[in-house]
Formats: sequence, C-alpha cells, structure tokens
Amino acid sequence: MSGDPVQFSWNIISDLRTMWEYGFMRNAFEAGTVIAIVAGIIGYFVVIRRLAFATHALGHVGFSGAAGAVLFGVNPVYGLLLFTSSGAAGMGLLGRRASNRDLEIGTVLAFMLGLGLLFINLYKGYATEAYSILFGEILGISDSGVVFTLEASIVVLVAIALLYRRLLFASLDEDVAEAKGLPMLALGVTFMILLAVAISIAVQVIGVLLIFALMVTPAAVAVRVTKRPLHAVVISILVALFATWVGLFVQFYAQYPASFFIVTIAFATYVAVRAGQAILARLVPKIAPAVKPVTSTGREST
Amino acid sequence: MGYRDKAVWRNASFDIRRGEFVAVIGPNGAGKTTLFRMLLGLQRPTAGSLTVFGATPRRGNPRIGYVPQRHTIDHDTHVAADTLVRLGVSGTKWGLGVSLRREKEAANEALEAVGAAELGPKSLGALSGGELQRVFLAEALVGNPEMLLLDEPLSNLDLRRSRDLVEVIHGLVQSRHVTTLLVAHDINPLIQCLDKVIYIANGNVATGAPETVLTSASLTELYGVPVEVLHDSRNNIVIVGGEDLHGGESG
Repeated sequence: MSGDPVQFSWNIISDLRTMWEYGFMRNAFEAGTVIAIVAGIIGYFVVIRRLAFATHALGHVGFSGAAGAVLFGVNPVYGLLLFTSSGAAGMGLLGRRASNRDLEIGTVLAFMLGLGLLFINLYKGYATEAYSILFGEILGISDSGVVFTLEASIVVLVAIALLYRRLLFASLDEDVAEAKGLPMLALGVTFMILLAVAISIAVQVIGVLLIFALMVTPAAVAVRVTKRPLHAVVISILVALFATWVGLFVQFYAQYPASFFIVTIAFATYVAVRAGQAILARLVPKIAPAVKPVTSTGREST
Repeated sequence: MGYRDKAVWRNASFDIRRGEFVAVIGPNGAGKTTLFRMLLGLQRPTAGSLTVFGATPRRGNPRIGYVPQRHTIDHDTHVAADTLVRLGVSGTKWGLGVSLRREKEAANEALEAVGAAELGPKSLGALSGGELQRVFLAEALVGNPEMLLLDEPLSNLDLRRSRDLVEVIHGLVQSRHVTTLLVAHDINPLIQCLDKVIYIANGNVATGAPETVLTSASLTELYGVPVEVLHDSRNNIVIVGGEDLHGGESG
C-alpha cells in the first residue's frame, strides 16, 4: 500500500526522515494529527454525555452516506457529512435520553449498514472503496483532503472552545443547567452536529467500523487518569495522537493496515491503564479512588 | 415584605417570607416537583398567578439555587466534585475559563459552607449519597442565591444522614437568611427546624406552621377522608389513613 517496501533501521530519526520523504505519508501525518486532536476533545464529551454507542451508530449511518456518494460519483466525505449530520441532528432533536436508547439506535444502525451494502453492490467500481470507508484509508488522503480536514477541524475546535463550560455543565447536571437558563435543545443539537463532523473526518483515518478507537477509547483512558476535565481533554488528545503517530510509523515499516495498529495501540493503552490502576488499588488503596470497588449499597454507605 | 412568593394551587394560596425554612410535603404525583418547576420558570401555571421576588418566574434566575431530584451523575462520573460546584457559577458562561481564581474560591467557600471542604478534589462517582447531596447543595449555593429549592434531598439517605443534612441546611437558612423550600417524603427529620409546611394532597394545599397543618383535623380536611396524626414519645409523627404515609420512620 505504501509503495516499495522500506527497510526499518534502529535509527529512528533517519527512519522518520525516510518516511516523510513520501508525500502520502506527510499527508497522513498532517491529517492524522489534526483528526486525533479533534477526536480526543470530542471524545471527552462523548464519554461524559454517555454517547459512545450513538457515536458508533453515527459511523454506520455515515457508511451508507459515503457508499451512496461513491455510487453517484461524489466525494465520499460529503456523503458521510450529510448522513452523519442528519442522523446526529435527529438524535439531538429527540433529546438526550433518546440518544441513550440502545435498541432504537441499534435498529437504525443495522438498517443503515444494510443500505450501504446495497449502494456498494450497485456501484460497479472496485470494492476497495467500501473497504476504505469501513476500515479507513489514511494513506489515501490527498492534499485537498488535508486542507478540508483542517478547515472542518478548526470549525469544531472553535465551537468547542466557545461552548466548553456550557457543554460541560449541560453534560454533568442537566436539570440544574436547564434551570440556570441554558438552551438545552440547541446545545444538544449543536454538540451532535460537531460530533458528526468529527466522525466524518475521523472515518478517513480509522473507518466507520473502528471509529470507537479514536473517538471513545482515548477519552475513556483519560477519565480513568484524571478527574479534571481540562486535564482529561489533554490526556485524551495525547492518547489519540500517540496511537495515530505510532500506528502510522509502524505500518510504514511493517506494511500492515494503519487502522489495525492505531486500534491496537489505543486498546493496549486502555488495558494498561485499567490494569495498572487495579494493581495500584490493590497495593495502595487510597491512591486510585477512580477504581474503588462499587457495592450495591455503595450510595448509602459512607 | 419585599419577598412575597405567592402561588395558587387549585383554590389555595400561600406565601413565603424571606428566610423561611419550608417543607413541601405530599404523596407522589401531588405536584411538588411541578411547584418547583413553576418557581424556576420552567413551567407555567395553567391558571392563577405565581410570583417570585415580586415578578413572574423566569428561567435562569441567579437568585434561586436548585437541587433537582434527578441527576445524571453516577459511579461512572469521573469528575471532581469541586468542578461541578464551580459550574454552579461558571456553567452558563462562554469560553474555556481556565483556572479563574475567583471561581475556585467561590466553589471552595460553598463546599466549606456545607461542611464538605474535603470532598472537593474527590471524584463524584466515588461519593456516597449523603456526600453527593452536600456537593449538590454547594453547587446550588455557590452563586449566593436568596432562595434554595431542594427536591427530595433526603430521599436516599438513612435517618441519621438525613438529620445531618437537615442540620447543614438549617444552618444555612439561619446564617445566610436564605429562603429554603425542601420537598420531602418524611417530615420527621425536618420537623424541629421548620417555619412552615406546604402540604399538597388531593389537589388541595394546606399551609402554615407545622403544628397547625400536621393535625388530624387539618389533614382530614385536606385529604377529604379521615386521617389521624399520631405522635410518638420523641415527637415523631405518623400519618395514618391518607393515601400514603409520610411519617413512619422514627429515630
């Protein structure tokens, strides 16, 4: 996929230099970096708003959009954006509790995936298009793709920076935020659309089926490590960046799909943090209150 | 009196003066939470009028602090308690607001006021029910409101922790002169500190001092069926014969 096999030497600096001689690798790193930052930030709100499954589902909704776009000869990113945004706006309008309805979301998810399959089947081109939507094709990002990713990311980042405290309040204490006068519906819909944009650009890196690894896992790691929202956002970004950079680097020399390495690194980080905390909690119970065992009567007892 | 909060509830009206500690009691579905939602400006009365601080309630009134019955926080909420308290003052603002000293101090002050200073850095998900209620109280208190609306803060607490929390709330009412309405299911942990009871049942409202409202005659009239109010040796009350029991547990 990345052209001629390149030999890995243990001189990392020269390895990086060799890798960045290729335009497609530079594009992959640029787009990957921007996407990891956006995914890390949006992911934090996905975790505290309990939208992990909705995020996964929006990826699948995006699949049918992308496949439809391919069928009509349009850039798949536009199909992705259209479908994920519509789906997200719908979820947002139905309210936050609706976004947590697993059965309804799952039913729509399956239908959308099926619809995508039909579009791919009707399309007479190569199956690689479907493959890259499902699993990501970061090495295929063009110069204009990088620019588009950057523009979309700036919109998301500016919006989140503006809304940060309101969104945090609305996510953590819905009823109080409503009583304090926050426009809950508008906030919810806005966040869902930002999420849709983030998913649409992240699909380029990781694909709809693996979206969890970039949009949820880094933030899931972060909330285990810190209780401070801003720190958690930074850690979430760092985990997403780490997974993306190392994933790209390893795939360049190992010649296996970048998505696989990114997912694996994110997963390994999550497992390492949970295991580390479990061990720490056993050794020194007071150091890791985040993994404090919960009993059924935990709420009542002090 | 500048603070006259008047509400009409199917032919019944009541007013609350500044600095009063008021319990709102009644069976499930009687409309206790609805009353709060109307005071907060989230819902409008279908008929009659309701004024808070001399005006029609509007959403986002900074003079009111609110602790709802329902919260989105559970064991999976890995966020520090003082972050939530701070959002009580900064949660409606735009931008990131990174480390504003004034807000941090306000949050710590509010936590101290409810005797929960040590809970600030702890994760919300790791707190017990009683600890959480103190944090919610601090969140409601952080903007220095003149009125507190507390919806069933005692519902998941055992009697001892109920009494502890009531003590904290009563202390706030006295020291800050903050008008407090508290929805409760069990009147007993509160009865010693109350100025007034609003008893909603059967579409009617009885209101007044606890010793005038919580009598067999008054509640019989309210429910429209014979009701008896019994007292135990420690002055706890049990209400027998209504649709529901609101005394019950004794200390």
